[in-house]
Formats: sequence, structure tokens, C-alpha cells
Amino acid sequence: MVREFSRPKSLLPENYLYCPGCTHGIIQRLVAEALDELNLTPKTVGVAAVGCSVTNFHLFDVDMQQAPHGRAPAVATGVKRVLPDSTVFIYQGDGDLAAIGTAEIVHAAARGEKITVIFVNNAIFGMTGGQMAPTTILGQKTTTSPYGRNKDVEGYPLRVSEMLATIPGAVYVSRTSVHNPKHVNRTKKAIKKAFQVQENGEGFAIVEVLSSCPTNWGLSPLDALKWVEEKMIPYYPLGEFRTPSEVTN
Amino acid sequence: MPEKAFMKGNEALAEAAIRAGCRYFFGYPITPQSEIPHYMAKHLPRYGGVYLQSESEVAAINMVHGASGAGARVLTSSSGPGISLKSEGISFLAGAELPAVIANIMRGGPGLGNTQPSQADYHQATRGGGHGDYKTIVLAPYSVQEVVDLTYKAFHLADNYRTPVIILGDGFLGQMMEPVELPQMIEPEDLPSKPWATVGKGRRTRNIVTSLCLPPEENDALNRKLQKKYNLISEKETLVETYLLEDADYIIAAFGITARIALAAVDLARKEGIKAGLVRPITLWPFPEKELAKSAENAKGILTVELNMGQMVDDVRLAVSGKAPVKFYGVTGGLFPTPKDILTEIKKLEVAVNG
Repeated sequence: MVREFSRPKSLLPENYLYCPGCTHGIIQRLVAEALDELNLTPKTVGVAAVGCSVTNFHLFDVDMQQAPHGRAPAVATGVKRVLPDSTVFIYQGDGDLAAIGTAEIVHAAARGEKITVIFVNNAIFGMTGGQMAPTTILGQKTTTSPYGRNKDVEGYPLRVSEMLATIPGAVYVSRTSVHNPKHVNRTKKAIKKAFQVQENGEGFAIVEVLSSCPTNWGLSPLDALKWVEEKMIPYYPLGEFRTPSEVTN
Repeated sequence: MPEKAFMKGNEALAEAAIRAGCRYFFGYPITPQSEIPHYMAKHLPRYGGVYLQSESEVAAINMVHGASGAGARVLTSSSGPGISLKSEGISFLAGAELPAVIANIMRGGPGLGNTQPSQADYHQATRGGGHGDYKTIVLAPYSVQEVVDLTYKAFHLADNYRTPVIILGDGFLGQMMEPVELPQMIEPEDLPSKPWATVGKGRRTRNIVTSLCLPPEENDALNRKLQKKYNLISEKETLVETYLLEDADYIIAAFGITARIALAAVDLARKEGIKAGLVRPITLWPFPEKELAKSAENAKGILTVELNMGQMVDDVRLAVSGKAPVKFYGVTGGLFPTPKDILTEIKKLEVAVNG
């Protein structure tokens, strides 16, 4: 019997700490597959952020540092400047990257730091109990926007990829989703590209992945995937916002 | 032949760091420490190092986290308000047991305060500054030569104990020029390897650098491990200098630039027949409690002099533990006491003690 599907080598046989139906697990697996397929594991240093993915340094079989909330791009900068030949990636959620860590991500992009950023956007603070994030969409109910996000009170959701795409140092900026197998495959390609950009020494690369949060959205896992498609994608359109010519195709 | 130079305190600090094998500097401009980044920006590239001006103090200390975790000797520098911002990162460095050297060239506070010399960050430095149970080694130089010697030593202490080390200077020390002897250049490749560093796992088991410790027992164990390390540092690394202490009736306790002024005050007092002496803590943490306690045994009174409203005096009182009366004299705002001012305070103490 041929085994068609197995755990990527860069993913350790540890239990995920994510809620049932959460798509973080898929994204993390894709990162591990990309590291395996590009043969980067031995020279990779990962930086974990704060949020639902806070314990992901237990899962990747690579050297890892744990950064304070929002600071992963700065920690990764320190690593990459000391070890320019290493592969450095960070894995941040939207609370971490788009709220408390806005300055760090913008300036890492502005400096063109040669790092790969996996940015998981589920439009909410997950781990701390479903509070409103900068990415929470208008009308969305959270524990801190119980009447629905109102533009006159809480302002507008932040489109991080579009913003970063205006920065010359950000050479690869892409938004994908994992709400169905077709998009999972596209996300995998985008993540691989984001690593290839770093390997080519071209600059800062980020993949924003739309992800579901059934627990805090109060939806079943399937309805949550539908919500990504029907509510999130219209506000957060998928696609590549910047691509260096070398990595097109 | 030792290499001699005539240098500003801030530049001497930067040069000593380079000679200690530091090739990475991350920082943000703030007065009165700016000559440190200026010097690093000019000189580090010549040694194949990296000077990087960060977008914020917060980013700078986290770049230090990354670089230190990757095994490098690394420096950042700032002044009061910037150190407040770095405090989150310093707590993370302590928790993850990462070596780093952080210079605080103190200015007036609180808040924006002013850019004049001060010693008002004593409490912040000696109590850790950030959240959680941790300490940083705090070195307080009182001359440009000592800025060089203690900076050089700071990198060794940081690596040896895997802990952040603070160099607590002030605007006077940073800005004044003195002749110095410079230590030998250490090449980073000659330093002992750091098997715990995150450099890419290669064929070994992966390394993890983190301060996250979720299970209660593990978090408790980490805290106990840190306390054990701090106890060892207290036992082995406490530094203090004394002057004319043997027969002293009145003891001045002062650190950094204030101790320099207090030295002259001791001589003035002696000329007038008052038996004065000086205790100068060089490590503010660990604090030289034993030396203070011992000196208090035969003293009639202790005067603590600081460029703040009374901070180290708390540690002096704890150490002396009622064995002698402890008085405080301090000025802020960039004002400083003359030796004569200190002598006047000694005389006041003498009157208070003798009635």
C-alpha cells in the first residue's frame, strides 16, 4: 500500500491547541510542507507571535524564538541581520500584526527585511476571548463590539496587504484563503513563493491568509468557512498585490 | 602597550563594546546618549557588523532579542523615556535568559523631563523595570575609564549568566572627555560558542528561545531557576569601592558621577577634622549590602547623595538596618551638588547626631 498523505517532516507529532474547525492548523501544515519541499528546515529560524498561534514553536521542527506581542518582525530582523544566510519566517495573527504590531510590520517591510511573513487574518482576537480586531469587518459582533462594528464608533477595518503593497521594500504581497481545497492549494503556492523570494534575496514577503474562527464567530465550522467566502472576501479581496518578476508563475 | 585615547563617555562606551566583540547595535535616537549610535553607525560596518536604526525603542530591544537569540553579542542604548519603552523587551530577555547589554545614559524625569544629567532611573534599573520577577545586573561607572572597563565586562557577565546587563550612566559621564586605556579587541569568532542559540537546527535537535511557560509548575520552576541565578550573581559579582572608611564617623554613600563629587567632599571634610569616608556601589544590583552593613557598625551617620529625590537611599537603609542614622541629600533637573554642598550636609548630619 502506498502512503499518499503523511505529516510533513517539519511538523512535529504534537497536538494542535487550536479549537475544532479552526483553519490555523491547515495554514501551519502548509508552512511545514513549504519548508520540506524547499529543503529549508535545517537553516530555518522561526519566530512565534502572541495569540492563538503562541505555542506554535512546539509544532515546527525548526529553531524558534518566541516574540512579545506584535514584535515578531523586530525579533526576526535581529535574527536575519546576524544570520543573513538563514531562512527566517514569522507567523502572526491579525491582533498581533495589525494592532499592537503595526509599526513593526510596516517598518520591517519598509526596510525590505528579507523575511517571510505568514499573516493569519480571522477578523478577531481569538485567544483572548473574541474581542474586536482592527480587521473585524463592519457589522461584525465581537465581545467588545457587541452591537456590531460601527464605522462611526470603531472606525474601518484595516486592509494590511493593500497598505503594505505601497511600500517598495515589500516585494511579494499576497492575500489568500483556506476556505476550500482550491484555495488551500493556492495558499500553499503563495507560501512557497514567499519563501522563494527570501531565498532569492529579493526582500520582504508576506502572505495574508484569511482564516476561520468558528468559536469566536459563534458559527459551526462549515458555516464559518461560508462566512469567510461571503463576508470576508468581499472586503479582503484575494490576489497578489506585488510580485517580483523572478517569482511569477 | 595599552592603547590610549582621549574620549567622550558615550564614544568610549561604544568603542569598548566593539572591543568586547559586539558587532550589532539596534537603537533609536534620544539625548543625551546619541554619540553611542553615532559611533556605532560609523564604526560597526568597518568590522562587518550591523548598525540599524529602529522605528522605535520597542523595536530596538526586540531586534536585540532576535540578534542575541541568534548567538551574537549585541548592544542597545537609550535614556530614561526610551528605557521605559524597552522595559517590556528587557523582561522578555530576562525570561528567555538572553544575554544583552543595555546602556541607559540617564536624563531628567519624570515624563519627558529634560535632557540634563540625572540619576533618577535607579529604581527602574535595580528593580528590573518591566513586569515579572527578574533582575538585571546594573553597572554604574564614575569615570570614562570605568565606562570602558565596565562595558567590556558587561558583555562577559551577560554571556556568562545569560542575562541582560544595564550600564547606568548619566548625561555628565556620557558627555565628558577623559583619557582612557582601551582593552584588547575580542574577535567574535574567538568567543565561546552558544549551543542554545537559534541559528538553524542543522542536524541537531531544534533550539527554542522563549519566556512562555504555561503549566504552573514549569513557570514556578523557571522563576526558581532565575532566583538561583540571581543569588549566584549576588554572591560572586558584587562590586564596591570604599575611600577612607576605616576610621570614618560619617559615611557618604553615592554612585556614578555623584561619587566623583563626594570624593572631593570627603577630602574637604577631613581637612576640617571631620572623619568622613565614602562607599561607592559599582554594581547597583547586586547591591553591596554587606559592605554597607559593615561600614555602618562604627559610623555615627550615613549620608546618601544622589541626583534624584532619594532612591538608592532605600537600599542603603535596608542594608544598614537601623545600625546608624541614614540621611538623604539630592538635587534634580541637571543641578548637581558641589563638594562644599555635600560638606554642609555632613555638618548638618553631625549636628543632628550629636544634638
